[in-house]
Amino acid sequence: MNVAGAARPALPPLLAFLLRRLLRLALLLLSVAALAFALARAAPVDPVEAFLGPAAATVGPAQRAAIAAHWGFDQPAPAQFLRWLGQALRGDLGESSIYAAPVAQVIGERFAASLTLMLPAWLLGGALGFGLGLAAGAREGGWPDRAIRLYAYLLAALPGFWLAMLLLIVFAVWLGWAPACCAAPPGLLPEQVSLGQRLAHLTLPVAALSVLGVGPMALHTRAKVAEAMRADFALYAFAQGARRAEVALRHAARHAALPALAILFAGMGELFGGSVVAEQVFAWPGLGRAAIEAGLRADVPLLLGIALATALLVGCGNLVADLLAEAVDPRQRGQA
Amino acid sequence: MLELSRLSIGFRRPAGLWRREVVPALRGVSLDVRAGEVLAVIGASGAGKSLLAQAVLGLLPANAVLAGAMRFQGAPLDPAMLRGRRIALVPQSIAWLDPLVRAGRQVEWAAGRAGLPAALRQPAATAALARFNLGAAASRRFPHQLSGGMARRAMLAIATLGQADLLVADEPTNGLDPENAARVLGHLRALADAGRGVLVISHDLSAVLPQADRVAILRDGALQETAPATAFRGRGEALASSYARALWQALPESGFHPAEASPC
Repeated sequence: MNVAGAARPALPPLLAFLLRRLLRLALLLLSVAALAFALARAAPVDPVEAFLGPAAATVGPAQRAAIAAHWGFDQPAPAQFLRWLGQALRGDLGESSIYAAPVAQVIGERFAASLTLMLPAWLLGGALGFGLGLAAGAREGGWPDRAIRLYAYLLAALPGFWLAMLLLIVFAVWLGWAPACCAAPPGLLPEQVSLGQRLAHLTLPVAALSVLGVGPMALHTRAKVAEAMRADFALYAFAQGARRAEVALRHAARHAALPALAILFAGMGELFGGSVVAEQVFAWPGLGRAAIEAGLRADVPLLLGIALATALLVGCGNLVADLLAEAVDPRQRGQA
Repeated sequence: MLELSRLSIGFRRPAGLWRREVVPALRGVSLDVRAGEVLAVIGASGAGKSLLAQAVLGLLPANAVLAGAMRFQGAPLDPAMLRGRRIALVPQSIAWLDPLVRAGRQVEWAAGRAGLPAALRQPAATAALARFNLGAAASRRFPHQLSGGMARRAMLAIATLGQADLLVADEPTNGLDPENAARVLGHLRALADAGRGVLVISHDLSAVLPQADRVAILRDGALQETAPATAFRGRGEALASSYARALWQALPESGFHPAEASPC
């Protein structure tokens, strides 16, 4: 008589997987929000002081208390958090004090600027890393392998900001090939900037940012390709008379593609970290720079909003990576 | 067709900090495979029989050391030139097919590797699969969706795409039920009857015996003897080595004389 158990229809595996992962993403966002809120509260910054800026000297204690009460700073921290969370769930992330605009709007604009930088760098770094890894793994221990490995280790060991500054010194200052800063020439209105000028300003930051992704991608792909080149199916291809390049392109690249995609999406967090540095060095008006500004000038709503947006982006990246693994591998298809 | 004379294979490995030593795996094996015959190489696991297949196809790992001579149709054997075209491998398990590629496509790729021009690859692949009773439905499947017997037949199709004169089948009955094992061996027998040389490497004497012309017994990397398949009858009086006799006497077909099999 187990009617309830029998009546419940089984969810398709992919849908159940998706639901599980979305629940996990929501929990992740909640904990990131709580942690970021706690950190902002613990920071030795008086939000009222930060809001007033230089005008702080002219404001008396009674007015300060009024401002604090207006913003709810007189209430205990958990109550403040719940109030912020409730508003955030309704889509209201608050007002950014340093940009004097709604946080959602600031993040939207800044994110678009960051995306023009991050998307090309992400794709370029991924493609370049995969190609290099494939070339290196096809013949383990050959000279391309050794050269590419050295290059990848070198890249992995170099700090991103140092590399960005090096690029700036060589290509912008010494050679004068590329502009040294910003997303557009200074003193121009957005409508006046040509596409050529935009691209010229994009080259160095994209180069600096994509170079960061090349190293790990090349090393991971190399390991996967080398493993596939030793596998039985590769031996069989050789036994059929296939040449090394054919085995690498037809078999090994196929087996390395999925882990590479997963790394590409899972690496979105690192990309974001790299973009904070690159945007700072190249004075790019993106989200990363806004995060640093918000931190230095105690713009708590903006900082929380950026933390949430970043966590959402990285979480979605990981979700996509897992979904790809689920969907692309035929061995995973049609199995519970 | 294929002649191995005093073939030895060892593996280099570091001994201590500076020196390297060679661990022998196969010692002075002399064999020949003739056109139109099935030669079975029988041995327990670790006897070095799979190394024979790898050596003939040039698939030994980089640290292998080879001594002795291999000749193919009267000339020194160059595996890299011959494999896929004159010498074909039937590998030992389904894991040798690429798990991410549909079976039919793998057969087409093999057709290209066997030297067929692009326009002929697909018809040749379809025809080869059809020879082993595999249709369009099977060729659309991924290897893990094939049964063991189907996968083995797909690999037979790959081996017979080109004009290979010599087939090397490594454990062709591994993991198959007796009925499918007999079918695969029957296919190999038919290929030999059509004039090819077939080298079957197996641990299963009783499965291979009905289709083999001659049987070579390998033990611990050394050849015990090569006997005609007809010598495996009665109590094995026609067999020269005690190991071969013991192997035979341990089979139900010999009428079981396990007491005499004890010396090994």
